[in-house]
Amino acid sequence: MTEAMANSLRQGPDENGKFGMFGGRFVAETLMPLILDLEKSYRAAQNDPEFLAEMEDLRTHFAGRPSPLYFAERMTDELGGAKVYFKREDLNHTGSHKLNNCLGQILLAKRMGKTRIIAETGAGQHGVATATVCARFGLPCTIFMGATDVERQMPNVLRMKMLGAEVRPVTAGAGTLKDAMNEALRDWVTNVDSTYYLIGTAAGPHPYPEMVRDFQKVIGEEIRVQILEAEGRLPDAVVACIGGGSNAIGTFHDFLDDPDVEIFGAEAGGHGVDVENGHAASMTGGRPGVLHGNRTYLLQDADGQIIEGHSISAGLDYPGVGPEHSFLRDSGRVTYVPVTDKEALDAFMACTKFEGIIPALESAHGLAHVMKLAPQMDKDKIIVLCLSGRGDKDVESVGKHLGMAL
Amino acid sequence: MAVTRIDRRFEKTRAENRPAFVSFVMAGDPDETTADAILAGLPAAGADVIELGMPFSDPMADGVAIQLAGQRALKSGMTLAKTLAMVERFRKIDDETPIVLMGYYNPIYIFGVDAFLAEAARIGVDGLIVVDLPAEEDDELCLPALKAGLNFIRLTTPTTDDARLETVLGNSSGFVYYVSMTGITGAEIKNRAAVGEAVNRIKSHTSLPVAVGFGIKTAEDAQLIGRDADGVVVGSALVTAVEQSLDAGRSTPKTAEAVHNLVRTLSQGARAARS
Repeated sequence: MTEAMANSLRQGPDENGKFGMFGGRFVAETLMPLILDLEKSYRAAQNDPEFLAEMEDLRTHFAGRPSPLYFAERMTDELGGAKVYFKREDLNHTGSHKLNNCLGQILLAKRMGKTRIIAETGAGQHGVATATVCARFGLPCTIFMGATDVERQMPNVLRMKMLGAEVRPVTAGAGTLKDAMNEALRDWVTNVDSTYYLIGTAAGPHPYPEMVRDFQKVIGEEIRVQILEAEGRLPDAVVACIGGGSNAIGTFHDFLDDPDVEIFGAEAGGHGVDVENGHAASMTGGRPGVLHGNRTYLLQDADGQIIEGHSISAGLDYPGVGPEHSFLRDSGRVTYVPVTDKEALDAFMACTKFEGIIPALESAHGLAHVMKLAPQMDKDKIIVLCLSGRGDKDVESVGKHLGMAL
Repeated sequence: MAVTRIDRRFEKTRAENRPAFVSFVMAGDPDETTADAILAGLPAAGADVIELGMPFSDPMADGVAIQLAGQRALKSGMTLAKTLAMVERFRKIDDETPIVLMGYYNPIYIFGVDAFLAEAARIGVDGLIVVDLPAEEDDELCLPALKAGLNFIRLTTPTTDDARLETVLGNSSGFVYYVSMTGITGAEIKNRAAVGEAVNRIKSHTSLPVAVGFGIKTAEDAQLIGRDADGVVVGSALVTAVEQSLDAGRSTPKTAEAVHNLVRTLSQGARAARS
């Protein structure tokens, strides 16, 4: 191994699925043979030119990649500092980055001969992307979604149903993403033979965090090419929002070994990180624990019971985060910052008004941090934000929060 | 490792040519006092081994009945420290019946593995079943537990093939817990004959007793499964008995009795398995 490789932050996970102390395979025995089989299948696929070619073809013709890198000129003027670029994952088919991962995993599920797909979803973006690839490849799918989220993301529920998915509302707990994931795991453990669990974020037992990252890292790779073309150099900062962290790890991964690129992840600060159970900022307000197959930063009480958390954004309303982010946090490479509901709403409106782009509430968290950073930076500096999804799904709930009348 | 209460108990039931009746109840369900009374009366009602659930907010492998039991316990203020205290009180009245703590890893991890094991060993816990710690994560708790003199009881499932069985049985002790189906606790067993075959397959790989759990609800189930199995585990049915005895979520004078009556019936089924 060369010295550069040895010092690389991009080598994880190890053969046990660990990123430093994080990650791992904390699952019931029933699932162990499945995730070992999944790992084997993934290893074979990732080196198979046929798999990669099919993936590339779908990315180009079905998803519409590469997604544009857009100079947000009015936003830049308004903020009065660094130049702000948006990586337009909102223009990806289905309206978010989620499809990148679903395309990879559905091809894998097919290779493995699975005949039924299950998935969890928070904001419904992953549910829609999953239902979409299942429609495209003719596989039945069941989407688990917290009952609270079903309520606040109705347009996406309708999309999933139209695409032929069965949407199962989960009433356990607070009826959000964590509960949906528990229920999906219970289904998987019951239907092991037929079913492929298409996890939507870079979390869960190994090899999911690695696999989802690999399918999402196209975001950062495209940013590198596009910004070099536009500016002739790498950005000074990249920013993405973090729930489980799939768009973030996809954005960050290609830049981890570029020390001049500062990297920021915007967590859901909810009502404020000082408010008990009032936020979903697991890396600011949590500590390492074990849930959903991996060790990672979690919101939990003194007894190790998981706390529900809160965010205005259903996609960020999760008490954990992908294990690679926990590793990057502790290594100091990435700075994770909380963004409140209020700041996210302000950013949502700013983006809508200044750029004519309605962002997802999730992405608005990232933008809120850009709005803090840019004014403090010189005008010759460059920030790239991963605008991970579009906000059509959020207009109703944002309208309510802002008291807008029809 | 040293002989534990679990080893002695299975030796006894083997000598009596009957399966052990293993009863699962949730610590602190529906409240600490009632749970104490439930626990105290289990041996007399016919429980040979007791699995005491450590409540967890996110029990991914459990069906609704045990999920609700855990929620009742947590709502009543149960913690891992209080679960250990429950065992300590029980040991003052019963120093023979094996106690196995069953649950998920995170509360133990947060308590601190070394502190937990030291306390568990001190107060007379005999074994651990931690659902989300497969053999691949043995360094976390299994190996330290064996060092501390506690049995680490592993789940094997219909998806555990012969090759993997070797891995799974590697650091197992006490007994082997065979999960009767691919599914969550409290679901239906679809093929009882297959369970017997699986038990005998596992026995060909180990000299440890094999107990079967998940989906055993009636005395008839216990009798049938107990023909091949060295132990019969019932959990969901017992916590459902707790639930059905409650009045507006609170315990009633009938609560402990309801559990004990059911244990009596089910354990008689198990005792009749080979007669």
